[in-house]
Amino acid sequence: MTLMTKPGVEPLRVEPDAIEEAAKLLYIRACKILPDDIKAGFARLDASETDGTARTILATMIENIGVAERMDNLLCQDTGIPIFNVLVGRNVQVDGWALKAAIARGTARATREHPLRSSVVHPITRRNEHTSCGERVPVINIDFTDVERELRIEMIPKGSGSENGSFLQMLIPADGVAAVKRFVVDRVIQAGGKVCPPTIVGVGIGGTSDLCMHLAKIAATRPLGSRCADAEGAKLEAELSEAVNSLGIGPQGLGGDSTAFAVHVETAATHITMNPVAVNIQCHSARRASATFTPDGVAIGF
Amino acid sequence: MTHHTLPMPITEAQVRALRIGDTVTLENLVFGIRDATQIHMFDHGRRTTFDLRGHAVIHTAPNLRKVERSGTNHSGYEAVCVGTTTSDRMERFTRPLMEREGVRIIIGKGGLREGSLEAFRDIGGVYLAVVGGAAALETTWIEAVEDVDLDDLNPESLYKFRVRGFGPLLVAMDSHGGSLYETVNAEAARRRQAVLEKLGAA
Repeated sequence: MTLMTKPGVEPLRVEPDAIEEAAKLLYIRACKILPDDIKAGFARLDASETDGTARTILATMIENIGVAERMDNLLCQDTGIPIFNVLVGRNVQVDGWALKAAIARGTARATREHPLRSSVVHPITRRNEHTSCGERVPVINIDFTDVERELRIEMIPKGSGSENGSFLQMLIPADGVAAVKRFVVDRVIQAGGKVCPPTIVGVGIGGTSDLCMHLAKIAATRPLGSRCADAEGAKLEAELSEAVNSLGIGPQGLGGDSTAFAVHVETAATHITMNPVAVNIQCHSARRASATFTPDGVAIGF
Repeated sequence: MTHHTLPMPITEAQVRALRIGDTVTLENLVFGIRDATQIHMFDHGRRTTFDLRGHAVIHTAPNLRKVERSGTNHSGYEAVCVGTTTSDRMERFTRPLMEREGVRIIIGKGGLREGSLEAFRDIGGVYLAVVGGAAALETTWIEAVEDVDLDDLNPESLYKFRVRGFGPLLVAMDSHGGSLYETVNAEAARRRQAVLEKLGAA
C-alpha cells in the first residue's frame, strides 16, 4: 500500500466551518453586488443604445445597481436556485462529503438569517422548506484545477426567468453549423422579454445531451469579456453576438439594440453521429460571487 | 405619450383612457400575486377575503422579514426586497382575475399574450411593464406590507402593499388592442431572415 501523500509540501486544508461561512456570505453578497464586468457591460450598452425606451430602461437598471449597494439590499427579488462551483487545486485536502454538507448549511443560514426568500420547492408537491435547499439543491459542481494549494468556490443565484429560457436540441451532423446558428437565433426570438434582457446568451455545442446543457450554463455564467477557449467557438461568439443584437428585441423585450451583453459559447467533443446544441440564458442581473482559499487566507471576489 | 398618476382603485373609464406608450404612477395600494396564488385561487377554488375590484396586481413573490403585527400592519411582515417576476407563466389567469375578482391592472415583466390582450379589450384592463430585475429600486416604492391572505403559500401568498409613487410604469398592453410586445416580436420575426442570411444560415 502506497501512502497517497506528497512528501515535503504541507497541503492546504480547508475546514467545513470555513466553507459554511463562505457559502452563507457568498449567497448574500452575490444577491447584492453585481460583478464589475457586468457593470462595464451596462456602461457599454448604455453608450451605444439608440432607442429611447431602451435607454430609459437601461438607466433604471443602472440606477437599481446603485440603490442596491447604497441600501445594502438585493438587486433582484429572485434569489434563484443556488449553484456552487467548487474548483479544487493541487495539493488541497478537503473532506468532500463535509464540504457538500457545509455548503448546504451556509445556504440555509443565509436564507434564514438575512432573511432571503427561499425560491426552492419539491418538484411534485411544491412544498417549500424555507431553506433554499432540497434534494440535490444547492447544485454543487466539483472540478479540479492545476493551481497549487487553492480552493475556489463560486456562487451563482440563478434566476428563474432566465433559467426558463433553456433549450436543447439533438441536431444531427447533416444539419451542420448553420442549424446551430438558426437554433440560437430562434430561441432568442422565442425567449423575447421573458428572460429579462439584456442577457448573456450561453450556448453549448457538442458533448452529450447533459454535458451540452451544462456547457450552455458555463457559457451563460462566465464573466463578460472572457472568450471561448476553442477558436471556432470564439468565432461563433462574435458572429452570434452581432446577430442577436440585430433582432430589435431590446431591454425587457420592449425594443432596442441591447438584447444581449454577449453570446458566449462553450464546446466539447461529440459523437460522429451527433450535433447537439443548447441554450441557457442569464438575465441582466448576472450575479456571481467567489471565495478563494489559499495558505494566505480567503479572498472574496466575483 | 401621457403620464398618469392613479390613486387606486380605478374605474373602467380610467383604465380605458390609458394607451400603449403612456406612463403611469400608482398610489395607495398594489396587490402581490403569483403562480401558486392563482393556481390555488382558480384551479383549487380558493377565495380571497381581499376586495380586488378596480385594483392593480403585480406578479411578484417578495423577500420578507417577520415582524410583530401592530397599527396598520396586519401582515406580520416587512419588505426586504420586492420585485417583479416573468408574467408569461400566468397568462391563463388574466381573464379569471378580471372577471371574477374585478382586477383592472396587471403589473409584470416580459409581457402577456393574445388571450390577455383580448381580456383587456373585452373587460377593460391594461398591462403595465415594470423594469424586471430592478427590485432594490422597486422596494423603495413600497411603504408597508399591510396585509396578507392565503399565507400558507408563502412566499407566493396574496399581499396587500401600501405604496407611494409606484412607478413610472410603462403601459405595454392596453384595452384598445395595442401591445408593445406584439410590435417588437413582429419586428424581430421580420428581421430574422436577414440576420440568418448574414450568418450563412438562412
